[in-house]
Amino acid sequence: MAPLWRERRFWRIASQVLAVCIVVIVVMVLWGNLNRNLLTLGIKLGFDFLGSQASFDIGETSIQYKASDPYSRALLVGLVNSLQIVVAGLILTTIVGISAGVARLSDNWLVRHLALIYVETFRNTPLLLQLFFWYFVIFIARQEQEVTKLFGAIYLTNRGAIFPWFKVTSATSVWLVFITAGAIAVVLLWRWRPGHRVLVAISTGIAMVLFLWLVTKRGPFALDVPKVFNHSQIKGGILLSPEFSALLMGLTFYTGAFIAEIVRGGIQSVPKGQWEAAKSLGLKPGLMLRLVIFPQALRVIIPPLTSQYLNLAKNSSLAIAIGYPDFYFVASTTFNQTGRAVEVMLLIMLTYLTVSLAISLVMNLLNRTVQLK
Amino acid sequence: MRKWCFLLATLPLLFSLVACSGQSGQTTSTGGTSTGQQGKSRFDIIKSRGKLMCGVSGELPGFSFLGKDGKYSGLDVDVCRAIAAALFDNPDAVEYRKLNAKERFTALQTGEVDVLSRNTSWTMSRDTSVGMEFAPVVFYDGQGIMVRQNSGIKSLSDLKDKAICTQTGTTNEQNLTDQMRQRNITYKPVVFEDINAAYATYTQGRCQAITSDRSQLLSRRSNLPQPNDHIILNDVLSKEPLAPAVAAGDSKWLNVVKWSVYALINAEDLGITRQKFAELANSNNPEIKRFLGTEGNLGQGIGLSNDFAARIIKHVGNYGEIYDRNLGSNTPLNLPRAKNNLWTKGGLLYSPPFR
Repeated sequence: MAPLWRERRFWRIASQVLAVCIVVIVVMVLWGNLNRNLLTLGIKLGFDFLGSQASFDIGETSIQYKASDPYSRALLVGLVNSLQIVVAGLILTTIVGISAGVARLSDNWLVRHLALIYVETFRNTPLLLQLFFWYFVIFIARQEQEVTKLFGAIYLTNRGAIFPWFKVTSATSVWLVFITAGAIAVVLLWRWRPGHRVLVAISTGIAMVLFLWLVTKRGPFALDVPKVFNHSQIKGGILLSPEFSALLMGLTFYTGAFIAEIVRGGIQSVPKGQWEAAKSLGLKPGLMLRLVIFPQALRVIIPPLTSQYLNLAKNSSLAIAIGYPDFYFVASTTFNQTGRAVEVMLLIMLTYLTVSLAISLVMNLLNRTVQLK
Repeated sequence: MRKWCFLLATLPLLFSLVACSGQSGQTTSTGGTSTGQQGKSRFDIIKSRGKLMCGVSGELPGFSFLGKDGKYSGLDVDVCRAIAAALFDNPDAVEYRKLNAKERFTALQTGEVDVLSRNTSWTMSRDTSVGMEFAPVVFYDGQGIMVRQNSGIKSLSDLKDKAICTQTGTTNEQNLTDQMRQRNITYKPVVFEDINAAYATYTQGRCQAITSDRSQLLSRRSNLPQPNDHIILNDVLSKEPLAPAVAAGDSKWLNVVKWSVYALINAEDLGITRQKFAELANSNNPEIKRFLGTEGNLGQGIGLSNDFAARIIKHVGNYGEIYDRNLGSNTPLNLPRAKNNLWTKGGLLYSPPFR
């Protein structure tokens, strides 16, 4: 029997034990240090403060909130605001990124170079600077009473941009129920009936819409078009504040520039032979991209794309610089008023961790479906 | 069987590491809390360091502002200079730290600055639960609202559904909420972390009003492109007693700061100015003699030399001089003394006797 230190298995276990020990020790030291320091400062840890009255107002609230609500409610408002930005940002940045990425490879000289300029400027300047640019130069650089009308229904004012939006009608719930049921039916039919699936699905859909229209005699939503009265007062529609718009645009175009490069890299990673093969089949450029190139490129695109999505979610915490009340903003006000630095920082970390992990999870599932099995 | 042998063999390793961690934990405890928590007063640390670390705003002309000559000036800055003069007989033995509203308390608690002289409102919760202690008030202020002159806004009720800019981490944010709630006025707060972003947003017209301490509004107004286009409403939303602060639980150091501020006020009360300082040094008035340290040993009581007040006046001047220099009629701010006058002249400044 070989001596212990010559045994490979010993070292394998020992190194793992060592790694665990180091982690445990570091955590213990940090925790001990924290406790000691808090003890000398006479501060006790605890989350009781979340129940006390927040007593500060929040500029944008999607859920009911008043200043007499507790801190926990204020934080929830912040979280909802954060999620709004993140979800809208992810959708828009994907569109912008993919378009710019494809444009980078366009045969058209102008399109290709415009995309190049976009990517290089947005990728190589700090995000904070871009946020200030969007906010101060684009969104609030207009006179107080000035109202600009775009496409007949969009209004730009110094309070924000006002878009037409959907209004719930008495028939909305009926429509929602039937559409959900219809969607389930379509999925089942799709699986169960081979043959003219597309035709069946479309015709069922049309039939259902006609039926619902006849029964309820109105659409699922009414369009709420903003109207001007008294020169500068505007009623109706949805108001996107300059803070929200600037943050959304900043995050979208900044992340979009990175995504464009990822998409370009992904497309270029598909071997030349695939292009030639697709061409020899007589596919048009659009079809070629959609049917042959993109499915293969996705395998390369999705992992780095996930990182960009995570970046967007985390970068949304820069909202505080331009006055958009996101989660980080509300949490830091809470920290400031209660002096609970440790607890609030823990909450912030946990929240961003949860959001990021949720995005990762979804993207990993998506990744699994596109990978070769 | 052999597997267990391996595990047993690794156990001593684990124990030695845990023992080690216990030790390392102890060493960090001494290392991590070196910021004046071991019975050693901050006073001694500052004395041995040879200069004072002073937290200021640096964004408010008249209170603390970095001038073109690269030097800080203002009322808050002069308070720092007065303390340095009392400590070292040298008003320039100060290192300034620019702090925003959010950073300031942490900077004080962690010992990054010795004293916070940064237009900070003295409130009960800050005094009792944030871990700081306040020296006497150096400026009695109240929260106000600034609007554009042509906006037609005359009072708080005109601000219904208007956007109001303010800064996070201030009492202003909460006072505004309280006042508007009490009056049942809906409004849209637009809150910034950075004071410059807040004023830039107001200037651009995104906000119809901006709220802050009245002195700050006046001070920032003097920096706006057209100062006269903006007015400050008559409504005063709150009491804002601005005072220097030190970390809690260090009465030796607090005393130095406290009596340095009182010395400024008392000097004005006694009529001792920088000019008249030399002739008054030989005065027969026992009160003045005690104050200037030619008689008695008041200074020793707070660990300073007996002439600490004389040093302050010699280098910085009395409160009235500081006020005139930074905020008075010869400055762009042109703030009347009002509440910030001596108690004998209808103000609130009152120093306990130097006895």
